[in-house]
Amino acid sequence: MRRFSELLDRLVLTPSRNGKLRLLTDYFAGVPDPDRGHALAALTGGLDFPSVKPAMLRALVMERMDEVLFAYSYDYVGDLAETISLVWPAPESVDEVEAPALGHVVETLSRVSRSDAPTVIAGLLDRLDPSARFALIKLATGGMRIGVSARLAKQALAALGGRDVGEIEELWHGLEQPYETLFAWLEGRAGKPESAARALFRPVMLAHPVGEGDLERLDPAEYVAEWKWDGIRVQAVSEGGVKRLYSRTGDDISGAFPDLVAAFGGDVALDGELLVGDPIVRTGSFSDLQQRLNRKTVSKRMLADYPVFMRCYDLLHWEGEDLRQRAFEERRAVLEKVVPALDRHRFDLSPLVAFSRWDELDGLRRDPPHPVIEGVMLKRRDAVYSPGRPKGPWFKWKRDPFIVDAVLMYAQRGHGKRSSYYSDYTFGVWAGAEDDLQLVPVGKAYFGFTDEELKLIDKYVRDNTVERFGPVRSVRAEPGHGLVLEVAFEGLNRSTRHKSGVAMRFPRISRLRWDKPAAEADRIETLTALLAE
Amino acid sequence: MFSGKPFGGRSRLMIENDTPDKRVFRSGKKSLSFRRMKPQDLLHPRPEGLYCPPGDFFIDPVRPVDRALITHAHADHARAGHSSVLATRETLDIMRLRYGKDFAESRQTAAYGETIDLGGVVVSFHPAGHVLGSAQIAVEANGLRIVASGDYKRHLDATCAPFEPVRCDVFITEATFGLPVFVHPAPEAETARLIASLAQFPERAHIVGAYSLGKAQRIISLLRAGGHDAPILIHGALAKISRYYQGQGIRLGRLEPATVEEGAGTRAAGQIVVAPPSVLGDRWTRRFADPLSVFASGWMRIRQRARQRGVELPLILSDHADWNELTATIRETGAGEVWVTHGREEALVRWCELNGIAARPLNLIGYEDEAE
Ligand SMILES: [Zn+2]
Repeated sequence: MRRFSELLDRLVLTPSRNGKLRLLTDYFAGVPDPDRGHALAALTGGLDFPSVKPAMLRALVMERMDEVLFAYSYDYVGDLAETISLVWPAPESVDEVEAPALGHVVETLSRVSRSDAPTVIAGLLDRLDPSARFALIKLATGGMRIGVSARLAKQALAALGGRDVGEIEELWHGLEQPYETLFAWLEGRAGKPESAARALFRPVMLAHPVGEGDLERLDPAEYVAEWKWDGIRVQAVSEGGVKRLYSRTGDDISGAFPDLVAAFGGDVALDGELLVGDPIVRTGSFSDLQQRLNRKTVSKRMLADYPVFMRCYDLLHWEGEDLRQRAFEERRAVLEKVVPALDRHRFDLSPLVAFSRWDELDGLRRDPPHPVIEGVMLKRRDAVYSPGRPKGPWFKWKRDPFIVDAVLMYAQRGHGKRSSYYSDYTFGVWAGAEDDLQLVPVGKAYFGFTDEELKLIDKYVRDNTVERFGPVRSVRAEPGHGLVLEVAFEGLNRSTRHKSGVAMRFPRISRLRWDKPAAEADRIETLTALLAE
Repeated sequence: MFSGKPFGGRSRLMIENDTPDKRVFRSGKKSLSFRRMKPQDLLHPRPEGLYCPPGDFFIDPVRPVDRALITHAHADHARAGHSSVLATRETLDIMRLRYGKDFAESRQTAAYGETIDLGGVVVSFHPAGHVLGSAQIAVEANGLRIVASGDYKRHLDATCAPFEPVRCDVFITEATFGLPVFVHPAPEAETARLIASLAQFPERAHIVGAYSLGKAQRIISLLRAGGHDAPILIHGALAKISRYYQGQGIRLGRLEPATVEEGAGTRAAGQIVVAPPSVLGDRWTRRFADPLSVFASGWMRIRQRARQRGVELPLILSDHADWNELTATIRETGAGEVWVTHGREEALVRWCELNGIAARPLNLIGYEDEAE
């Protein structure tokens, strides 16, 4: 447990991606099975212990100390888990040999009943040092936030075994905790684990934004264009009777969309956009779609009012064959046969947009035929499907050039009716090297969101406060953790007053991107490129 | 103006650590009549600091006064400009290093355990275990003994004499870490983490922020004890004091100046650089190879404190007593009354109440967290 808690403490405070990778790789290399596998599960969000609740922990500590002293302590520290970990009256010295291993802790927590939980947790806390107590509480209550994405953990595994991260992501959903077969393969002690589970996630291919001068170098005849629909990227996979719907990061979101999952089958892996509506009748807006996002369960009413469908644009697997090494045009040809055979109310084909010159496409992009289109996608006809964001084969060219995905950095209390809310937001975009991303503030906005959204952001601000300066709070904003705000604005001026060198005209929050990882917010170059225009 | 011999006659009589009430009080020529006085008549706070009316002196005054008794040389306790100063030899030496030889008009040395009569009030200095030369000051008159702890700790420290508990009627304790959340871990385990990080990140310079008097020398001493023999680079602000420590026989190993301009961004890869905490994240660190900021402080127990300062490797290492040391020490002094000062007074006052000890906060002003 000590190695694990040390790892967590270091990860939280290590800003650079490479530093985090080194800490993770060294940990996986140095810690034996099954502990490292349990750690991997914890880092990738694969652990859930429903029997342990923060209120129970609080009650446990109140049995052991004066409530006034606890109140002073909690007030000073500010975080319940951390306070409990620090004030827990442990035996005089915690013997390292006797301290329970992570594997023991995980197995204990996963078996414990709600009624036994208090005694069992207290027994574990008694045998751990403060740092390990903190790790235990965070682990048990599911509040682990350490600025490490599941992808980064997988990249550390890739580094450990000298493998490509795509290989690990592909295997991932077929593996079982504590991942002993995976480590054996990475260390060259065994072959690659067979994907025992079916309907695995395929790492997705992403597009680069069209930058200044990019198109001049490209031949329009080598590319096809499609509308860029304003939904969320999903992957629908069906294999051997198992069906799953994945988000772009490989999270299984089948539970939230039973209506869509019920509507496909066979042996297929589709890539496309999840939208609200019925493709034959209408395509709903992103705010309609938001009614369906971030829900663990979904009511009948919700299913009826906001049905979802998938607009398909790629085919990764079909009838026993992996199509990803085939050219886009070949995959598209199969896709055009597969999609019409599916439920017409749940699946349709993303139409191609005919064009012969870039300026012609530019005109279509600026004036799209449907409000839910946010631009066009460009795909090279001969491109294979390669996971990640290779430069060249895929581009996105957004309709409104003045939209940027920024990360919330500071929030300030509003005035009047909003005085109890943090309603004025300062946001930033990324600058610096890929492994040393820094946010630079680029603007401030205080409208564009609904009252419901205001409540959600306010809660987010309070839950993620780093520091307070009078009415202003700084909010956790780092590549692995942050709230992405889609900001719309009317134009951009050069500014010497702002560190970023740019000032936005009339910025407003056009959308909350709860679904978007902070690291994927825009970079400052996206804005400075606009200045050139 | 006060001149001539500032402090009264001395005697070699040591204060015995028996119970205060049975104590035989014989010292000084001008003993006040043997009548129990009220504690606040012997010592009470004034804007300048803690004042003793019968002895006409201040303890650790924050403004210039005629007679100052100084517990230790940290800047917020030891200020320049008093007419006369009574302190341990080491404290006087360090004040001279910091402020120049004219930091006070006259200076007098107090040896640990020696009693000194100041107008019928008997004072004595006792090791506080905080930094080199640090002392608690016992003040006694008419059968009443008050001990002002100054800053103190109970964890072992090879760079200074260990704390000695002194029985007393009233104990004035510091409370820098006066909350149950502060329980300092074993110091050796903390420096072991630093040594491990050097091996894990050999391409990075490890910049250790540590208060330049005491903490810096203590962490160097701990690193040496942990087997780290390589030269350690030190910031110019630490040089004089570290040399003084070495002159007092404290083993710090090979120290080299860090304050050299050349080698932008490449210096000291895989080495330890010790510097005042204020330079962490400052331009000063840019000369070093991919600096990894380390902060040695009791505050590092709280994650948020480490995050706020951008510290990558927090070491929980303090020269102040933690919660357990504070409460154990209060018991050991046998004091029936406790005055709590600089720090989180309210929690320690609460603990005293729960344990049947009279306690109150003593609101002294002008003392800081001293970058602890
Ligand atoms: Zn001090």
